[in-house]
Amino acid sequence: MKIHIPNSAWLGNIDPFLRNFDTSNPEILQITANKQWISIHPMVIAMIAALGLSLKPKQVECETIEARSKHYLKRMGLFDFLKIDSGIEITEHEPAGRFIPLKQIINSEKLTEFITEVIPLLHLSPEHAEPIRYILSELMRNVFEHAESKIGVIMCAQYYKKSNTIRIGIVDRGVGILKTISALHRAKTDLEAIRLALTPGITGTTKRIGGTDYNAGAGLFFIKSIATVNKDFFLIYSGNGMYKLLKADNRKDIRLHADPFRDKHSKGENFPYWQGTAVGIDINLDSTEEFSFLLDLIRKSYSRAVREQRKAYYKAKFI
Amino acid sequence: MKIIKLLPKTGVFAENKDIARDIRIKDITPVLEKNEEITLDFEGVESATQSFIHALISGSIRDFGNEILDNIYFKNCNKSVQEIINIVVDYMQAAT
Repeated sequence: MKIHIPNSAWLGNIDPFLRNFDTSNPEILQITANKQWISIHPMVIAMIAALGLSLKPKQVECETIEARSKHYLKRMGLFDFLKIDSGIEITEHEPAGRFIPLKQIINSEKLTEFITEVIPLLHLSPEHAEPIRYILSELMRNVFEHAESKIGVIMCAQYYKKSNTIRIGIVDRGVGILKTISALHRAKTDLEAIRLALTPGITGTTKRIGGTDYNAGAGLFFIKSIATVNKDFFLIYSGNGMYKLLKADNRKDIRLHADPFRDKHSKGENFPYWQGTAVGIDINLDSTEEFSFLLDLIRKSYSRAVREQRKAYYKAKFI
Repeated sequence: MKIIKLLPKTGVFAENKDIARDIRIKDITPVLEKNEEITLDFEGVESATQSFIHALISGSIRDFGNEILDNIYFKNCNKSVQEIINIVVDYMQAAT
């Protein structure tokens, strides 16, 4: 495998980075990087860390990172995850209020501990902390329920003062969305599976629209809705498929669509194969709506969406 | 009426579905089976996820029917928790 850390890879311009990921020779991970400056989304860091975790240190070849911003990778804990000596020396400062370095979370109990202990370190006001811990909890719990990821979930996050935005990356190396969804629903491609996973009422645990007593099939729809209302980026990459919710037009009224393809988005189904799922989300704290308002919007659309989905899914069979 | 205080079990952020399912199976279902009333007291709970509330109550609505909501009281819920409960109750009723 070869992965190149580019000069810039944010959710808005991440496609070239994803397309350049070389999945050949899975026994070796070769990491190269832009020599001038590296400015990358936490999802990129989490992806590289997840790749490295699946390998032994001798299987990881990382060129000497020359970029002036190389300290960032060190501080986020990337080289610790790769178990290699980067040769980069830094003086570590308290991360509180600025970032969450790479974390590996291996089960549901550890997730609860993480949410309880780490979120307060971001020093957010209650109205900002609420959607962020909600998103983290739901996305990571999805991994434990559906992904069968041997390395658990890898996440990191960074607060950007200038844009007043928190960017989060959550990655696993599990079975991927297609395998989970297609066991019970009609999905032939990774992108079709991502589309269904984002559709309210559809879960990988039952064929029944509306879910079971443990899964409603609502989690990803809620996350997408939070991103839609706040006009943030939200990206899911699994297998060869990638779906990216683009920032909604400020001038238009917000509509929460059951079908993610009706939202403003980009997508692709011929990306290099990612074993598992990678999710990136940006949360702009300037535009964060009051959480209860946001939930009210979701409530107004959710039941209708499930009903529509059920009608669209179950048809009379005439023979 | 049985009262279940959620805070000691869930902490201020009720998000662990396994805990929700345990509460439903061990605390809620036995009360509802006897057609008695139960109060879920959210005092001190700042927020909850839809997944948590779903795991907490959807099974009861499915097993006993929509009318079982007459036997369940939600106490000391802030605005966000109320919204989440309303979402789950709405879609569970729409589903039956």
